[in-house]
Amino acid sequence: MSQPSVVTKVWVARDFAKCSGCRLCEVACTLKHEGRIWPESSMVRVFMPFPGLEVPHLCTQCSNYPCVNACPTKALSVDEKTGAVQVSQPKCTACGVCTNACPGHIPHLHPDRKRIVICDLCGGDPECSKMCTKLGYDCLTTVPRGQVITYDTYAVRPKDIAKNLATLFFGEEGKKVI
Amino acid sequence: MANGYTGKFLEVNLSKGQVSDTTFSENILKQCVGGRGLAAKILWDRLGKKWQRIDPLGPKNLLLALTGPVTGYLVGTRICVSGKSPSSNGIVGSTTSGEFPMELKCSGYDGVIVSGRAEKPVYLFITDNKAEIRDASKLWGLGGKDTIKAVNNEITSELGKTDRCFGEWKEPGMIYIGPAGEKMVRSAAVMQKLSHAAGYGGYGAVMGSKKLKAIVAKGTQPLPEIADPTGMQQLLTKFIESSIANDSMRRWGTGAGGFATGAGTSSEPQKNWQEEYHHALSFSVVNFETKTWVKRYWSDCGCAMSCMKLATVRDGPLSGAITDNPDYELQAYCGTNLGIYEPEGNVYVSSVVDDLGLCGINSVNTMGFAAELYQRGILTKDDFGFEPKWGDPIAMGKLAEIIARRKKIGKILAEGTYRAAIELGKVKKMDLTKYVVQVKGIGVGGHSPRSGLGFITPIGYPCSTQGGDHTSPATPFPGGEIGSTVGDSLVFCTASLGWRYDPALLWPFYKAVTGWDLNDQAWFDQIGRRIIMIQRAALLLGGPDIAWDPAKDDDNPARFYEPLPSGPRKGSSVDKAKFIEMRAKYYADMGWDQKGIPKSEELKRLGLRDVDRVLQKALRQA
Repeated sequence: MSQPSVVTKVWVARDFAKCSGCRLCEVACTLKHEGRIWPESSMVRVFMPFPGLEVPHLCTQCSNYPCVNACPTKALSVDEKTGAVQVSQPKCTACGVCTNACPGHIPHLHPDRKRIVICDLCGGDPECSKMCTKLGYDCLTTVPRGQVITYDTYAVRPKDIAKNLATLFFGEEGKKVI
Repeated sequence: MANGYTGKFLEVNLSKGQVSDTTFSENILKQCVGGRGLAAKILWDRLGKKWQRIDPLGPKNLLLALTGPVTGYLVGTRICVSGKSPSSNGIVGSTTSGEFPMELKCSGYDGVIVSGRAEKPVYLFITDNKAEIRDASKLWGLGGKDTIKAVNNEITSELGKTDRCFGEWKEPGMIYIGPAGEKMVRSAAVMQKLSHAAGYGGYGAVMGSKKLKAIVAKGTQPLPEIADPTGMQQLLTKFIESSIANDSMRRWGTGAGGFATGAGTSSEPQKNWQEEYHHALSFSVVNFETKTWVKRYWSDCGCAMSCMKLATVRDGPLSGAITDNPDYELQAYCGTNLGIYEPEGNVYVSSVVDDLGLCGINSVNTMGFAAELYQRGILTKDDFGFEPKWGDPIAMGKLAEIIARRKKIGKILAEGTYRAAIELGKVKKMDLTKYVVQVKGIGVGGHSPRSGLGFITPIGYPCSTQGGDHTSPATPFPGGEIGSTVGDSLVFCTASLGWRYDPALLWPFYKAVTGWDLNDQAWFDQIGRRIIMIQRAALLLGGPDIAWDPAKDDDNPARFYEPLPSGPRKGSSVDKAKFIEMRAKYYADMGWDQKGIPKSEELKRLGLRDVDRVLQKALRQA
């Protein structure tokens, strides 16, 4: 008799202060999804409002999915297995409503200008965090996902995180750099 | 279209305010590759016949910023900056790492060739197959950090207003100059990020002479198609794993050297190279790590090595300093060579030098020279407006400032160590060249052959086509200086590879990207040798202010012949007779005649008949 498979959802945990800025997460992501190195098409993008203040920016799978709810063409849906937001290519008109619905402005236009890019968690085994873990930087790590609302709070704009890091790293002087 | 290349180079004429695309044939790309190799080719083809008359700081000089075929694919993304050097009057290939090369390639360009001179300060903005020359009057005069902030804000807010405004715009990549470049300080660097200087060569001054504050790129395209994506990916994994296995470089970068080079090998500059030994535990890496590091693993685009550390000084009189934690070179120059043995002082001086867009090696070589003249009473407080005492970080910061802004004695020091020594020597009516620690206008890196324990050999600087450049030293054959042209021309970060490449990995990687076969033999017999020959020819032609005489100038600084005054290698110095012997052998191995001039038959063998003709006319007849 076969047992029903237990699906454990994962989250890409992010420890921003540890981002080395190597952008090999972008390389890993786009080699998987595009078959080539294409930083601007990456589902995870590393921002750098000031050198040393690098911020990986990727979907956190909010509990209430504001992007999915806002989509006027019903192009976005939630993958039941992983919880990742799926973008239906024919339906997405690249209108950008989801971007503005996201508190962190995380969805972004694919450089081909035809669709929105949102992290698909690689089906439950994200390449970006695998790479980061392999490199020993441990900024992005794959962890089991629980039920807390805290995940939602990681939908933050990169500049806001960078400003926090600036003060954390540089003290008062950090307030001047961004 | 050649794989790995976008196929386009951006041609910018600042005098005419025009930008256009240019291309190079597949044969040229195979023969000259990119970066330093292609720079030598472009410079020779366009300026070779009139080389001696080209003023490096005049509108006829070119400023080149070139990637190579593997840039962006291989770990550690760099760009090579070149032109006629205002330091050496030759050609230097000076690389700097960061995100700019990636953004440039993703914009659809392999490189930028800038000629002419703008009327007013400008910057160049490149995005997706187009470029425009823009007003930079608001940026002119700004230091590094303020330039980065202003450009990031301007570009991201502008892109945010375009019709493609869906989501956040990632910051552009940029190379720029600080006030030192604007003032055409001959050692000024072309900067990237905080401290990532293309320093050797003084190309910041060339950008300044063209009134070009920055080259900014934001590209949204993928990297170009490559020949064998699967093969590239498999090899990339091996390169990444090899970086990960290099514990020392990952843990400390080169920053353990600030203590170890002095204490272990007696070859670290102290007080303008008056000594080379120290055992200052205050300067050991554990103190940097616990006093100034705020990010332990810091990388540029594509780098799995993370030899950089982010640093700050949080309190005390030096607080507010922010920069890369000094690597070995900047520990040596902005630290011990100025008599500074504390991490905070070292980070402070580095941050001042970086923000001004000076070169942390070359400009600070000049600072050490000036401080020694002060120590000896040849220069006085009146010359400076303060007292540049060894070990005083605040005073050394002021010294950097007056050089970058050409104030007081800084007017003369801004001409670089060698030219300043000649100029001051005339005024003081004494020979000051015995205090200059440079070769052919380029201050030596933080390594010396004096103790016999360092990695630089006695011919390292004297026979290099890039003078005192420690990243391109001449070494006894097999190899010579040619090895350094590999990373500089394919354009990747040799530090990411632990300073030496594995030919069994690198050439297959090159083939996976380009589809073309290449190997060490072809490189060392032909391609790399051709690059060095062109560089040697340009260096010997020199001009217009200085032309080098190999008999006199293919030599070590006078100081390297003085016995070391302290440490376990006390009394050791470079043996002149042995050096002359090594030099003669190097000339022969390199295909140069007894005077150090490339031989006709060797130039002809390499297909450099035009170089031979110019040398024949200019040097062999003379």
